[in-house]
Amino acid sequence: MNSSFRVTALLLCMGPLVSVLAEPVPDLTATLKAAFTDKRQATLDRLDQDETQKLCTQLRDQVPTSELSQKITRMNLATVKPPADGKYLGDWKAGEVVASTGTGLQSSDDPAKPNGGNCYACHELAPTEMAYGTLGPSLKHYGKLRGQDPAVLAYAWSMVYNSNSYAPCSNMPRFGHRGILTEQQMKDVMAYLFDAASPVNQ
Amino acid sequence: MSVQDRYISLVAACTLLGASLSLPAEQTSEEAIAEYHAMFGDENPAELWQLRGEELWKTPRGSRQVSLEACDLGKGPGVIAGAYAELPRWFEDTGKVQDLESRLVTCMTNLQGLPESEVLAVKFGDGEQKSELEAITAYVAAASRGSRITIPLDHAAEKAAYALGESVFFYRAGPHDFACATCHSESGKRIRLQTLPQLTTSEGAQAAYTRWPAYRVSQGELRTMEWRLQDCLRQQRLPQLTYGSDVAIGLTMYLARNANGGEMAAPSIKR
Amino acid sequence: MPDPMRIRAVMMGDVVDVKILMSHVMETGQRKNADGDLVPAHYITEVTATCKGKTVMKAGWGPSVSKNPYFSFRFKGGAKGDKLSITWKDTAGGTRTDEVTIN
Repeated sequence: MNSSFRVTALLLCMGPLVSVLAEPVPDLTATLKAAFTDKRQATLDRLDQDETQKLCTQLRDQVPTSELSQKITRMNLATVKPPADGKYLGDWKAGEVVASTGTGLQSSDDPAKPNGGNCYACHELAPTEMAYGTLGPSLKHYGKLRGQDPAVLAYAWSMVYNSNSYAPCSNMPRFGHRGILTEQQMKDVMAYLFDAASPVNQ
Repeated sequence: MSVQDRYISLVAACTLLGASLSLPAEQTSEEAIAEYHAMFGDENPAELWQLRGEELWKTPRGSRQVSLEACDLGKGPGVIAGAYAELPRWFEDTGKVQDLESRLVTCMTNLQGLPESEVLAVKFGDGEQKSELEAITAYVAAASRGSRITIPLDHAAEKAAYALGESVFFYRAGPHDFACATCHSESGKRIRLQTLPQLTTSEGAQAAYTRWPAYRVSQGELRTMEWRLQDCLRQQRLPQLTYGSDVAIGLTMYLARNANGGEMAAPSIKR
Repeated sequence: MPDPMRIRAVMMGDVVDVKILMSHVMETGQRKNADGDLVPAHYITEVTATCKGKTVMKAGWGPSVSKNPYFSFRFKGGAKGDKLSITWKDTAGGTRTDEVTIN
């Protein structure tokens, strides 16, 4: 069985339950561009897809084969840049602000303000914060459970920098690769996850 | 103080939103909203839009000085009962699949002779600036309360609209790689405390679609499906979706068809 | 011209149950618009209900009341068929009066 057939077969069973099976729309990007207009910093070029977005759209986020999975992770792992000074952990207090801030890059946001990471939209972090989302796994006691082995730190950095380096077609934005967060902001988020004094580990 | 004054009992639900919606830890946002809603009884400020919409529907206007009572929303001229539950649909006269909002624009321009620029001047209201389209949409949608959503998807153009909507639903783009599916293709998930409907299923689509248009308490405005889509896409970090565009109607068709059989309960009241 | 109120007045035993929806921006004077400028205060300061020439309810309101307020109260002394009139006044000199028949 060739892999493209397997992809199709999987899409058929994983597609929407109520779907009237849809024909793929040719040249969807052009159709979209005709139906949108620039709004401040949210410009039409944002509708262009990179290779990962294209693949994950085609697969409807269900990666069916290890070949494809490896293709996506390899491609994205190659983009990950470790911190210039080799230090993964910044200031957890600043990281808490990044984790709690949901604004940034929307047409309605002030481009002069730093972007947020919005971690709490999808993850449980500090046990004291009740208003957390559940799209992503709980990260409560993240550092307390894992310690600070260099391999653990490098993996977490990679997930924040580019989630698709280990989780192909993840729902999580690729914060470093797509320039959503600065290196310093990502270090601060890392400290929020790992620092023994961070509320995440209480 | 008069005797009568002593009998006055005030049930003022006009507290600040922040105070009435502050969430105790175990209370979900749905429960908090249900509690807030209960304070209103059956009342919903959306009625203020419905009233205004009814007046706009019945008043002769435009260069032809006619009302919208001859507007065909798919069930014949002037028939609004159950019409919203059967939209979007194919219209022979325009040769297009249209949702309610785009169909109203057609009637206001073609039937009444109002200039399109005037009709589309205020698509979404903002305080003193009031939207006629939102008001008429509220009035027409309310006439489908209790009707079952019926989207047969018979016409080829309706099928194509659905296919486009479905493709857009899964289209990942923008700096955050978000698609509609990122938040709306799993069951029982939340963003912060807000429960997310799984729009790929009949149950999830019905729960969501049957409750729009809605009065948004946090904005003090009535919002329609066109607004809902534009605002989702804004949060996806994408540019501005054009009102009444094929993509807007395609997404609406995707949601409406997935919600087929659901009982309309709009305008509702939401956070 | 302000939009009409939605008023319902229904007899419940010997008490009239009144429910009112008002269309009003209720600007506090402390909100800033997208450009960072303060939006001037504009809110209802007074609501009165009159039945058979008598004031049956008078309320003093401030900026903490929400946009498009919903207001409900009950009074004794009214009967089916009586007219109930509601008037609001706001900080900008605006006013609106609407009347319903109690049923």
